Amino acid sequence: MTTSHNLDGAALDLELKGLIADVLGLDPEQAQAFGPDSGLFGHLPELDSMAVAGLLTEMEDRLGIVIEDDDVDGEMLETYGGLRAFAEAKLGGR
Amino acid sequence: MLSTWTPPARDGTPAGDELLVAFDRGRDLRLLVCPTWFDEANKLRRFTLEVMRRLDGAGIDSLLPDLPGCNESLAPLQQQTLEGWRADMTAAAEALRATHVLAIRGGALIAPHGLAGWHYAPQSGPKLLRGMIRARTIAAREAGRAETAEALMAQGRAEGLTLGGWAIGPAMFAALEEAEPALGPGQSEIAQSTVGGPGLWLRAEPGEDGGQADRLVARIAQSLAGAPL
Repeated sequence: MTTSHNLDGAALDLELKGLIADVLGLDPEQAQAFGPDSGLFGHLPELDSMAVAGLLTEMEDRLGIVIEDDDVDGEMLETYGGLRAFAEAKLGGR
Repeated sequence: MLSTWTPPARDGTPAGDELLVAFDRGRDLRLLVCPTWFDEANKLRRFTLEVMRRLDGAGIDSLLPDLPGCNESLAPLQQQTLEGWRADMTAAAEALRATHVLAIRGGALIAPHGLAGWHYAPQSGPKLLRGMIRARTIAAREAGRAETAEALMAQGRAEGLTLGGWAIGPAMFAALEEAEPALGPGQSEIAQSTVGGPGLWLRAEPGEDGGQADRLVARIAQSLAGAPL
């Protein structure tokens, strides 16, 4: 299910928030309310390591990026802004 | 609805009975369900049963055998192999007189090729392992331990590995590294995009979605009626 990826900021935002909504079973509108400081891993009890692994794997599929072990750190997972910045850097770096 | 079935003996050791969930009214269409495994099994169990209830309503019998090492099984999971599970499913298909197969996610890796049917959102072995290995390295990092995917893969091949609480033996591990789902004759894929909505395996916690179950069963019914998927 690899899609193509000329994602501008708004499209990336939509994709990432949609993904988080899918993982957490939220209404899409609820996820759209996430801001840069919204807490993720360590803040949302549902988001355990297995769920984060699923989230990252799905990001790889939907954004067409490869996420290495070493890429994954507390900072990128802690807030929505961190995750977004990470995705942006990955997309820009290809 | 709950009964048992007997997997074939392995290496001369008689296997114990395993549980079977069946909607069995002796109808002509009998669908063997190959469920997904490990962490996804928890997340999709209810969905799987919801699909079976709807198949029952659509006039189709369905049979969901527990594999050795899963659910209530007394057999150790660590001793199970992909090849063994494949043989078990083939034996179940015969013993339960299945006419079709519905494989879900990783279940597609052991779906008997002798039956026509469907692979719902099939998952490859490497992807399945990758997700679970990643969960483990993230959890380790949180706990202040350093584990690398590479070292864990090597350990899995050599001695087996516990991932997400599931004890996967070395033979199963090695086989999953190579396993890709392949459609048998008369089998077709039902992609998540055709069912609509996010796959329930993505959810952080087990959930349900009656609409997805409705649409999956509608696809199967259409396919049985000869419509292309």
